[in-house]
Amino acid sequence: MKKIISRIGLLLTLLLMVVSLSACSSSASQKNVLKDDKQTKTITWGVKADTKLFGLMDVRDNQIKGFEIDLAKAMTKQILGKDGKARFIQVTSQTRMPLLRNGNIDAIMATMTITPERAKQVDFSRSYFDAGQAILVKNGSPIKNVKDLNHNGAVVLGVVGSNSVQNIKKFAPKAKVLQLSDYSQALTALKSGQGDALTTDNGILYGMSIENPGYSVVGGTFTKEPYGIAVDKGQGQMRDAMNSALTKVENNGQYNKLLYKWFHKVKGFDFRGAER
Amino acid sequence: MISIFQNYGGALLYGLGQTLLCSIIALIFALIIGSGFAILEVVPNKFLRIIAKIYIEVFRNIPLLVITMFFYVVIPMYIVEISGFVSGTIGLILYSSAFIAETVRSGIQSVDPGQMEGARANGLSFWQGMRYIVLPQAFRYVIPPLGNQFINLVKNSSVLAFVAGFDLMYQGNVIASDSLQSMSTYLCVGVLYLILTLPLSYYMRYLEKKLA
Repeated sequence: MKKIISRIGLLLTLLLMVVSLSACSSSASQKNVLKDDKQTKTITWGVKADTKLFGLMDVRDNQIKGFEIDLAKAMTKQILGKDGKARFIQVTSQTRMPLLRNGNIDAIMATMTITPERAKQVDFSRSYFDAGQAILVKNGSPIKNVKDLNHNGAVVLGVVGSNSVQNIKKFAPKAKVLQLSDYSQALTALKSGQGDALTTDNGILYGMSIENPGYSVVGGTFTKEPYGIAVDKGQGQMRDAMNSALTKVENNGQYNKLLYKWFHKVKGFDFRGAER
Repeated sequence: MISIFQNYGGALLYGLGQTLLCSIIALIFALIIGSGFAILEVVPNKFLRIIAKIYIEVFRNIPLLVITMFFYVVIPMYIVEISGFVSGTIGLILYSSAFIAETVRSGIQSVDPGQMEGARANGLSFWQGMRYIVLPQAFRYVIPPLGNQFINLVKNSSVLAFVAGFDLMYQGNVIASDSLQSMSTYLCVGVLYLILTLPLSYYMRYLEKKLA
């Protein structure tokens, strides 16, 4: 009898821990991020480190490099002045939201599409890049566009937490979707034949096809994916600062320069059309 | 937490099923292979002992994720197409069997050598002595550490998440990014893992008491 009581006690303790843990999930910090950043002269950005052209870790000097990194640096200077520093923290599609809400990062600039569902959780700036979803296949593959994937037995690879995996379910509902943890792993899976096509935004896919000439983007884009900078809910001042910094960077020509720097060599990408 | 169960219950249960399936398959094969190599480690034939030693040291000292990625990426490229679930399960079997082999070997060696000598003196062959005299005693000794290995195996099955094996952890990742409620999702996943491992843990305790 005693044993049963102690066992029930143990279970109750566990349950209590679980409940108390779930209760603290709603502890959003009520500080003013913009004010804090102005004091420390640093903005902490959550950026991708596995995405060629946007944000990719350079293993030679351990620096993340890409269009988003350069844009973030330019915008930081606009918001905090010349001596403002941008600090970069590597995020994935999965970790970026929790990190932002915990306050580990101040803003997300990580190929994040503005969607209504996400807008309920975070505040978005205006779009800073207009991407669209496409598919990447091996050269000579019978798959020419997204419609060719809509049959039983087709396997599409995507990345956990990206909205491209939600979209592909609409455009090719019969295909099986495998969600891998990041883009490099998804590409590896495509190369080893675990799937017929890899789907995500065209900008990212172009980056992959530059590195891997045996693979190409086919069929053009089938969705519109405007990338936005996300800040935590209730940080309206930070979002406004982001928007005005983006406008300034666009107006003084820095934006177009960065666009040229990163995208002028990409075949099939209309970077003139993306200029602002 | 409750809303996660309501909205994604099907996906979570499917993940639980895949984790359970993978764990059971891996547990059976790892136990058989592991025990086999444990016996090979103590046979009189030196060549067999060396083979067993190499197998155990290789798979015990490579991270599970590396073994799994090897089967997920390299094998389909050159040999045969295998899915994430299969490659994860194979990885788990190889990895766990090395640990189980070491555990069972320690059990075999803790049986007094006199037992085997007695068996041989009474006309039993080495394999008969192993089968009827040494192994029954050895398994009794190793039930507590073996229970640890089994629990580890169930938890290690979360490696399937990295190769899209649709297990509990994979579903957890997908749901967390879909619902944007990471905290409650992973709590649910944790609770479901407990549902798998706690009964296993209690059963091993029970076995221990019954056989000791």
